[in-house]
Amino acid sequence: MALDDSKKPREFKIVGTRPDRPDGIDKVTGRARFGADMVAPGMLTGRILRSPHAHARIKRIDTSKAESLPGVKAVVTRVDFGAVPDHVADIMDNCMAGEKALYDGHAIAAVAAISPAVARHALKLIEVDYEVLPHVTDVDEAMKPGAPVLHEGRQEETVPKGMSGNVIARAEFGHGDIEAGLKQADRVVERTYRTAATHQGYIEPHACLATMGADGQGDLWVCTQGHYMVRNTCAAILGLEQGQLRVTASEIGGGFGGKTTVFLEPVALMLAKKSGRPVKMVMSRSEVLRATGPTSSTSIDVKIGMTKEGRITAGFAELRYQGGAWPGSPVNMGAMSGFAPYDLENVKTVGWDVVTNRPKAAAYRAPGAPMAAFAIESAIDELAKGFGLDPLAVRLMNGADEGTKSSYGPTYPAIGLKATLEAARKHPHWTAPLGKNQGRGVACGFWFNFGGDTCVSLNITPDGTVTVSEGNPDIGGSRASMTMMAAEELGIPYDQVRTIIADTGSLGQNEVTDGSRVTFAVGLATIEAARAAKREMCRRAAMIWDIDEDAVEWEDGAARPAGPNAGKFPPMTIKEIAAVASNTGGPIAGHHEVTAEGAGVSFATHMVDVEVDPETGATKILRYTVFQDAGKAVHPSYVEGQFQGGAVQGIGWALNEEYIYGEDGILQNAGFLDYRIPVASDLPMIDTVILEIPNPGHPYGVRGVGETSIVPPLAAIANAVSAAAGVRMTQLPMSPPRVLAAIQADG
Amino acid sequence: MRFEAPRSVEEAVTALAGQTGAHVLAGGTDLLVKLRAEMIEPDLIVDIKRIAGMREIAAEEGGWRIGAAVSGAEMGEHAGLVADWPGVVEAAGLIGSTQVQGRATLAGNLCNASPAADSVPAMVAAGAVARIVGPEGTRDLAVIDVPKGPGKTALERGEFIASIFLPARGARSGDAYLRFIPRTEMDIAVVGCGISLSLDEAGRVTAARVALGAVGPKVILVEAAAEAIKRRVLDEAALSDLAEACSKAATPIDDKRGTVAFRRHVAGVLARRAAVIAEARAKGETA
Repeated sequence: MALDDSKKPREFKIVGTRPDRPDGIDKVTGRARFGADMVAPGMLTGRILRSPHAHARIKRIDTSKAESLPGVKAVVTRVDFGAVPDHVADIMDNCMAGEKALYDGHAIAAVAAISPAVARHALKLIEVDYEVLPHVTDVDEAMKPGAPVLHEGRQEETVPKGMSGNVIARAEFGHGDIEAGLKQADRVVERTYRTAATHQGYIEPHACLATMGADGQGDLWVCTQGHYMVRNTCAAILGLEQGQLRVTASEIGGGFGGKTTVFLEPVALMLAKKSGRPVKMVMSRSEVLRATGPTSSTSIDVKIGMTKEGRITAGFAELRYQGGAWPGSPVNMGAMSGFAPYDLENVKTVGWDVVTNRPKAAAYRAPGAPMAAFAIESAIDELAKGFGLDPLAVRLMNGADEGTKSSYGPTYPAIGLKATLEAARKHPHWTAPLGKNQGRGVACGFWFNFGGDTCVSLNITPDGTVTVSEGNPDIGGSRASMTMMAAEELGIPYDQVRTIIADTGSLGQNEVTDGSRVTFAVGLATIEAARAAKREMCRRAAMIWDIDEDAVEWEDGAARPAGPNAGKFPPMTIKEIAAVASNTGGPIAGHHEVTAEGAGVSFATHMVDVEVDPETGATKILRYTVFQDAGKAVHPSYVEGQFQGGAVQGIGWALNEEYIYGEDGILQNAGFLDYRIPVASDLPMIDTVILEIPNPGHPYGVRGVGETSIVPPLAAIANAVSAAAGVRMTQLPMSPPRVLAAIQADG
Repeated sequence: MRFEAPRSVEEAVTALAGQTGAHVLAGGTDLLVKLRAEMIEPDLIVDIKRIAGMREIAAEEGGWRIGAAVSGAEMGEHAGLVADWPGVVEAAGLIGSTQVQGRATLAGNLCNASPAADSVPAMVAAGAVARIVGPEGTRDLAVIDVPKGPGKTALERGEFIASIFLPARGARSGDAYLRFIPRTEMDIAVVGCGISLSLDEAGRVTAARVALGAVGPKVILVEAAAEAIKRRVLDEAALSDLAEACSKAATPIDDKRGTVAFRRHVAGVLARRAAVIAEARAKGETA
């Protein structure tokens, strides 16, 4: 058996090509079934009553009128859930309010009825007595002593005494001596930056269909990034054994981190349990924006010192992130990642986790990192420009490399930051001429990437074709990637493998689709499962040939005698081995279970040209190029798609997207008309350059690529807009009124 | 909820007059969205598309009569209308997506009574007149007098708009409409400006109508802006006076879509830019 990873560069036959995705036909013909597409006999419609107040004590809920309305089969409030385990208490509280409504849109009660019209009517019949409380939605306001406090007793010991109870935790990262470093600088830039909360903006709203039998067995069909997480969380909230609840993931119309928790699912199961009927729930767009996870709004102070040659002598940032109504903003990720692209002697970041009367922040693509990168990369750009230095050269001079001690602690193995910067310098975009009112910006970004619990089964059918079962919803072409890696490893054609997303009853635990982990971790498990199947097929061939197992090797989809002493047998193909499997020991399968380590960090450099209309403050994106390390691009089209998608979401975040709250704490723009994600005509074709610095932690060198691409755009665009407008922009979004005001204030 | 699709104006008027909570369906691009968003719960929907004339563009007294159910896409394909009133056609063409353009109508945009309606400032600049039918018969009302405020119109119970009339386009005349949106399409005007003007042989403005949208509770006809450019060629000084008059006439509010200062300023910017386009059209230059 010669199955070790050889040190010589591997030549791939399938990995690195661009076959059609196996789910493509279903998706373009409408046959694919998403969250809202499932129906069941006797199904009811579930609807949620939501708080019209940003902060209120719930004194009384009277559901009697709703319950007596003909056609209403169940009404649920928090009382129905009783006590839940601590680790899901905040999630429960978010799915259904307890003593207080903590944000505009917070779920208060739910009904299940025979039609949407009856359910809608029933919601109007639920009487809620609210004692309206003072509220706070701004992160800096929430930190002030005297601000309305959301929770008592949640503040951690890391927070100094005397701060508002809304300040939940403080964390610090870094090394060296900031003050000493600043003294070596020829110039220090010190600025405050602010970013608005933005939503992941997935097209498909949350939806599920729940059944809960009298025998205690439940089934849930759901649009999610992780059905194992849904199972485990719902089981804990409803007091079920995990094995009794089977969760099946629908196709998914985007998630970007926002579908890594539950909102409707425990409520749908409780309605199904109470009514004895299947219950379907589908959020409206307004509900999605009001009550599911946006990311944090932030306020960030940065202080960076630089020599006139461009060497960064010290970098400091203090980051304040509000994470909505419960602890857990991604501030630590921001504090760890902001300076991660650089090799710094003196670096320190302090992060503050703050709660406000807003929906609980959910993960959003590289959670916490884009805002930190916006602040830090803006300050670096300002310093470089102040000295008349090339911003790419400054970043190369300070760039992290193999062996660099990172700003958050670990020492890097082989990484690709400098490769992305070098590629950017050589790209024709960098030297293309700019016109009047136009500006160019660059910025770097970093993301950790993740591995986690993963379980894959690979089955050889009697005709020798292959099925791969994985437990992660296919959100970015992962069925294609798994199919390619299985086919590559087995040495068979792409179309001989079909990959399915198995339900929670079919595989062991799988971490959610997050941390850019799937192509890395599920890919690793798929390769290992294929290797296990190959070992078994070699064993079967050895048995048939009556030779030693070690004397058989696998090559090009067939078992072959290895070496001159093994005997002269014609190769047995996978089809031939499968055909006689019943006579050689039964069905053939390979599987692999792992907590994947070694995900491999990823870096990117973005370059963007913009034009600013000096009379209206409107920004047009003229040209955009992404340079990113993918380790090894399994399916380059989907890698490019991830690069482009991150850039586009970054463009929206930088220019127009924002949660706008009124003085009353009510969200003003809970719809896609006034929550402005970019439309196609707002964008140039996003150009991409894939760098491949192999990740030593993956058999093929794969690194996650899904998240890094959203880290640099906010800063790159801010640097470009600042150059075009002639005034430094420090607050997002750079909406036309804000840019025009800055231009006019600058005179 | 009942649905009716009458074949005559009389049947439609009877149905609308006889039922509270009745809504008119032409293109449906506002009505169906409101229905699905549960903003309205109609008792009756009256589809007027099957009534004779509702889907026609007809020449009349040198101008054009546009049926209430004519879509933006149909207007854009009508060579005569495009030649005479390109500003009105472009304004209607800005509403929604390509799909929405197959349905959305001038009359519907007017009756939705949004202060930000794109076609309304263009129609007001054009001097358009709405023909209203109802239980008391037929009446004509200037488009500017149809909206009364956000979501409110001058239509009485049982009345609906049967057509929009765009008057004869004079010699050496042109119109234009521009709006400001943060994106490039699929958006709502933060400021809109429609201008229609006529020139003498020396290029001096002989007549002008300037209308602003989204900077007040309803469309604003800015007489001072028209006065500012009358008898003048549109040189830098005249355009600056036009812009200033528009900025001064705007009565916007601070809201999620823009600030007072921004909207006032941009009202002037758009007026200046729209005037340049309308002037080029009046001179027969392609713009």
